[in-house]
Amino acid sequence: MDLEYSAEYEDFRSELRNFLEEHKHLSPGAVARAPANRESKTDGPNPAQRWQQLLIENGYAARTIPKEYGGCGEEPDSLKAHIIAEEFAKARVRPGHSGDNRLVPTVLELGTEEQKRWLVPPSIRGEMSWCQGYSEPGSGSDLASLSTRAEVDGDDFVINGQKIWTSGAQHADMMFCLVRTEPDAPKHQGISYLVFSMDTPGIEVRPLVTMTGEATFNEVFFTDARVPKNQIIGKRGEGWFVANNTLKHEREGLGDPHQAENRFREIEELMQNENVDGEPIMNNPAHRDRLLQLQGRMLAMKYNGMRVLTSQRKHEEPGLPRWIIKLQGCELNHQMAAMAIDSLGELGTLYHHSEHIRAGGMWQQRFMMDLGLIIGGGTAQIQKNMIGERALGLPKEPKVEVKPA
Amino acid sequence: MDFALSEEQQFLTQTVNDLLRDQCSLDVVRNDASENQTKNASLYHALTELGIPGTLISEDYGGVGLRLLDAALIAESLGGSVATVPFIGSSVLAPVAIQLAGSEVQKDTWLPRLASGEITCGVALGDHVGARDNTPISTNGATVSGRAMFALDVQDADVFLVATKNCELHLVEAGEVELNRLFTIDKTRSVGEIVFDSASSDPLLSSGDLKGTLATVVDAGRVVVAADTLGAGQAMLDKAVAYAGERQQFNRVIGSFQAVKHMCAEMAAELEPCRSLVWYAAHAFDAIPEEARLTACHAKAHLAEVGRFVARKATEVHGGMGFTDLLGLHYWFKRIELNRQLLGTPEFVRNEAAKLQGWI
Repeated sequence: MDLEYSAEYEDFRSELRNFLEEHKHLSPGAVARAPANRESKTDGPNPAQRWQQLLIENGYAARTIPKEYGGCGEEPDSLKAHIIAEEFAKARVRPGHSGDNRLVPTVLELGTEEQKRWLVPPSIRGEMSWCQGYSEPGSGSDLASLSTRAEVDGDDFVINGQKIWTSGAQHADMMFCLVRTEPDAPKHQGISYLVFSMDTPGIEVRPLVTMTGEATFNEVFFTDARVPKNQIIGKRGEGWFVANNTLKHEREGLGDPHQAENRFREIEELMQNENVDGEPIMNNPAHRDRLLQLQGRMLAMKYNGMRVLTSQRKHEEPGLPRWIIKLQGCELNHQMAAMAIDSLGELGTLYHHSEHIRAGGMWQQRFMMDLGLIIGGGTAQIQKNMIGERALGLPKEPKVEVKPA
Repeated sequence: MDFALSEEQQFLTQTVNDLLRDQCSLDVVRNDASENQTKNASLYHALTELGIPGTLISEDYGGVGLRLLDAALIAESLGGSVATVPFIGSSVLAPVAIQLAGSEVQKDTWLPRLASGEITCGVALGDHVGARDNTPISTNGATVSGRAMFALDVQDADVFLVATKNCELHLVEAGEVELNRLFTIDKTRSVGEIVFDSASSDPLLSSGDLKGTLATVVDAGRVVVAADTLGAGQAMLDKAVAYAGERQQFNRVIGSFQAVKHMCAEMAAELEPCRSLVWYAAHAFDAIPEEARLTACHAKAHLAEVGRFVARKATEVHGGMGFTDLLGLHYWFKRIELNRQLLGTPEFVRNEAAKLQGWI
């Protein structure tokens, strides 16, 4: 047990702090990653792209992506990655990205040389943005049953079918997509992983308005959309295994403990600054006890994250501490948003323009978005199956085909 | 940065677990419980051979000179086996207090005998961790009067450490007090009521930072109680998973039903981060003083909550059998329930955490 950082890492941290102090005014604000503007590509890089470029040049974004594909070419170092995440979070500055944390690692691991050169450099510059075409109306938790077809015709795959829950499809330049290419093979072995432009004729994007009132998701319809055969990542019929690579990266990305700690600090400030009947909410023992319970959970998850990080540095499989992160992290965030709303009482329900609204209705937005995250990326129930089966070794549910009555 | 147990610590845990597996079976616990025996002589002797009572006592006084994280790992093992031996009072609170506050003479007098297992020490901090039915402990020179409730490790104790109302710490020999054992749900540990009637004492500390010293002693105790709950909770989860993987109904092992599997997953998801919280709080006590008190409070309170959740769910996974005496699950259930109330209930401790952060 040694929580000190060696001189190398302390230096790395202080350089990063200096960098952030000096440059944070250039950061394009703590909003979600700005969609690449498909209309105005000729106008040169937008502020988000310039910020990303600056971070890459200084070694704070796309760190481990090889230089020949536009990254920094550094050795993987989970501790440096941790320090970067921690310092950006503390400074409340938008961190950089690695193109797309699902697509880029997958292409680097399984793509051809030509595909890497085509896809990785513009992605990490923020000039090529991505959406994920996995879920379908009939294939959610049972993703491998997906039925969007891609049939070979000459040099192309011809795609017909429908995807749903496609985040950012209305802004994305490209999609990575699972399609069924071998309809007669067992379900896990008949899938291929394709990448293509969202401008491909035959693709229609319809926004899907969620309970938040925003359309962060979409439905995507394919009608004879033609994609060249060489735009497959991995081999035909092996798409499921390519995709599992992607899902692994997505699961690790959710439930970031720094995010939870920042959120906790925001609620602490809120409870000290907001008054009810002329008294700070913090003076109410019931609210205060709830906040303390959340603090206990938040700290436990923070230290759990340190344990996972240590395992990764030693190249050990973290096991259970990693399996639980998505389930527990998303739940904690959701409960924190609920706590903030309850502290605000009736004011916490304001959602649209009002002089009384707090933080632009952010807590309600988060409360609902977090419920979406509890469901998305593998529902809480699927997470519990994985914890039960893979971490605790309990047997799977027997497979029985049950036809609807 | 290395947030993990050292090889020595893993070896320590392994050694204690091996010993407990051999010498602290459920039959042993059951037998001790039926005789109200909370200091199993042969088990305590075996632990003494490993140096367990001297874990936190400096080598200068015949101890092993380890840190609170090591003591927490031992407590986790003892909780995992619902071991019928003194530890939290006699081997954690008392040695920490005597080393923090005692004179050279007092250290020479008490520590080597505690380390060797020759004597054990009961500990009464009740006035400071949510006093109930106490008569505040007062002093008059080197005598102590009052009634202390829920003193720990009292059975066969040779000496008692008592905190007075004004935060002085005194050692009082057993012959000077009236001890009434309190019979709680948990038959694996001894708690008692100690009546001091002008009992002559050896004052450990009667000037200086009385409050701060006492609070540090309590911090150590809270972390170790949390660790005991972690061990007991993990044992219950392990038993639930094993049972769910064996028991069959409807021609299937019940662990293949999601209703059962998800209970197990929820227990694991709640309990696993607790391990990191206990490690961190113990390490903070050892090495990060500015975070020690807050993390000790959170470890104590959070483990109390998760412990209760796991104890209940693990019992449910066992169905009707879990409710019976046959499987003995209730020993773990009750140990977790006693731990919840010791050294401050979760609500009480969280209130302290609020004060620490200036929220009150």
